[in-house]
Amino acid sequence: MELRIDRGAVERCRELARAIAAPVSEFIAAHSTVSVERSVLRLLGVDGVSTEDVPVPNLIVDALSPEERARGAALAFGRGLAETGLEPQGLGEALARGELSLSAFARVPDEAARRVVEAFVERSLARIRARREERAEKLARLPQLPPPLLYVIVASGNIYEDRTAAVAAAEAGAQIVAVIRSTGQSLLDFVPFGPTTEGFGGTYATQANFKIVREALDAASERLGRYVMLTNYASGLCMPEIATMAAIERLDMLLNDSMYGILFRDINMKRTFVDQHFSRMLNAYSGIVINTGEDNYLTTADAVEQAPAVLASQFINEEFAHRAGMPDRQIGLGDAYEIDPDLEDGFLFQVAQAQLARQIFPDAPLKYMPPTKHMTGDIFKGHLIDALFNLTSVMTHQTIHLCGMLTEAIHTPFLGDRALSLENARYVMNTARHFGDEIAFKPEGKIEQRARGVLADAERLLGRVAERGLMQAIEAAVFADVSRPPDGGRGYDGVFPRAAGYWNPFEEALRTTRGSCGG
Amino acid sequence: MGSLVKPYGDTVNDGKVQMSFTLPIPWSEAADEAARRLVGKMGFTDVQIVEGRPIADGFSFFVAYAATPQAIDTSTISVTSAKTHAMSMDEIDELIRERVGRKVRIAGACIGTDAHTVGIDAILNMKGYKGDYGLERYRMFETFNLGSQVSVEEFVRFAKEKKIDALLASQVVTQKGSDVKNFTALAELLEAEGLRDEIVLCCGGPRVTNLMATELGYDAGFGRGTLPSEVAAFIATRMAQKIASAR
Repeated sequence: MELRIDRGAVERCRELARAIAAPVSEFIAAHSTVSVERSVLRLLGVDGVSTEDVPVPNLIVDALSPEERARGAALAFGRGLAETGLEPQGLGEALARGELSLSAFARVPDEAARRVVEAFVERSLARIRARREERAEKLARLPQLPPPLLYVIVASGNIYEDRTAAVAAAEAGAQIVAVIRSTGQSLLDFVPFGPTTEGFGGTYATQANFKIVREALDAASERLGRYVMLTNYASGLCMPEIATMAAIERLDMLLNDSMYGILFRDINMKRTFVDQHFSRMLNAYSGIVINTGEDNYLTTADAVEQAPAVLASQFINEEFAHRAGMPDRQIGLGDAYEIDPDLEDGFLFQVAQAQLARQIFPDAPLKYMPPTKHMTGDIFKGHLIDALFNLTSVMTHQTIHLCGMLTEAIHTPFLGDRALSLENARYVMNTARHFGDEIAFKPEGKIEQRARGVLADAERLLGRVAERGLMQAIEAAVFADVSRPPDGGRGYDGVFPRAAGYWNPFEEALRTTRGSCGG
Repeated sequence: MGSLVKPYGDTVNDGKVQMSFTLPIPWSEAADEAARRLVGKMGFTDVQIVEGRPIADGFSFFVAYAATPQAIDTSTISVTSAKTHAMSMDEIDELIRERVGRKVRIAGACIGTDAHTVGIDAILNMKGYKGDYGLERYRMFETFNLGSQVSVEEFVRFAKEKKIDALLASQVVTQKGSDVKNFTALAELLEAEGLRDEIVLCCGGPRVTNLMATELGYDAGFGRGTLPSEVAAFIATRMAQKIASAR
């Protein structure tokens, strides 16, 4: 089942995406952010919170002078390590208690700081590599069921309830479990600490919470004889820090979009571009598959009209991911089944879009999101719409399949809702497993014409973005009808230019290992 | 004269209902029987467990049909709600264009010390809530989201300066009645400034009810699960009424 599409147009779209990303990359290379610096400290081994619950990495970065900060937290912190002989965690705690101050070590030479930091960098990367090898070993020994991989979310607000729900979902057939974050966590300029039992519409992403669910799913994986993956959300003001925690706790996927925070959370675009780059470098190294957020274009605007924006965003996300060293197999580009169920032939349009993405990004583990926008309290109709979504996914060979819930518009899923949803998906995908391999699209038929139209429109859209520049295009509301100014939005005060001699030892190390760390 | 009704299966007054639920026990025939008796204890008769099966270790799912002996007198029901007009975004924009003739200016904030913007963001942000667009997306609204921890004084000053038509005050935290205190302070300050009659005043939050809001002197209150379009429809309708009565 192949659509005949204009391969030349696909190539031109990729060239345009490169032209769009290139000037942004120059900006990224010349800047850092408070979150990047905090994640450097976290990677070195700094964790914990002060008596006022402020994370230690925040305390340290906030205490740096603008000049020190502009050369990177690693140097200032490294001076303290060299002078005191403390481990990173010990030094972090002493700084948090106010017993020491990094400004006291200003005269320690850069070279001494670098030497001591480099040893901790190697230790940190070895720890991440070990987590990655652990995943590879488990996947080999406990193979997953064939894709589409069934993905469900848990979101009780209480990590211990989430753990119960995650294990039950795995037993009911889920292959990927995501713990949804508390509403608004993407706007916090720090990562909460410790196990949490209260959240709004979700559960805080903390390193302790990651660990609790990871351990439970590892145990379930052994019992079930198949590896169950764990997902969380990086997009927001703390992308690199969440990428760090996820690497350490062996999450398998992270929501990580190059533009989501800008458009849908009013996070400053410069902050987002710098943060997404470093977080994706870490994701690449830790073997984490990113999930991009194109589904948001479809839920906030008309799904038929926004199809070209989805494809254009997929090209841009792919290009930014490549620039961060990610191989195609780690780039889970997003799409969603959001066309109005009352539209005649809406199903045909959905198939066209899903198949188009499959053919354009053959090696990407595409992430397919379920209907949400047109789900109502009518659970019976909702279950039926989900069945057609499931059919589209299996026939177009999507990879990551976020199971739709019959109670989508009602509440965060009950345990029973998740089981019904998984049964729906398993039934449809089993009964229609090879359907897509057995049929052909009618040449010049409605589906093929729709796919061609979307591709042509995406090329035009990318052309307009390339002409203006990405930041100006976002300001001109080219994406999702949302206008965001380059210097507006949340988190802009946390972006700063790199001074001469800036040093991020992890960026340096990850750049040299790029491509040498497959599998 | 009362009008008693019961659920309708295929015969008047058969009282038939369907339900499904999960029990935290492994499935067995005894689990089916437990489910049947549980439905009986709920007050239903003619209970049939038509489906029972395990859905995870230690959890079973059931589908039941049963009859209720209860009936309800519909003539005794009266409910006031601010969510009376189910309208789409386009219909709301059209109503404002026709009946108000200009953009309606809306400001929202989490007032007092409350830092939980989840509610006001769900209503105002472009993305909206549950697939229902936020007020920022409406063509005929000009919206200002002032965010969290906005003092009542600041909020009223802003309303005055920007000639705001509708204010949305949000409160998530309800400890020690702080929500009611803040809502009251806002209504009183607007009154003192002589602005109350010019403004459509709404409040929202998980514990807010329309009844409580009207008692506090608000035009409407929106509780848990409110969709942006419900707030939008209320504001648009109320603005249209204000314009009509001013003519």
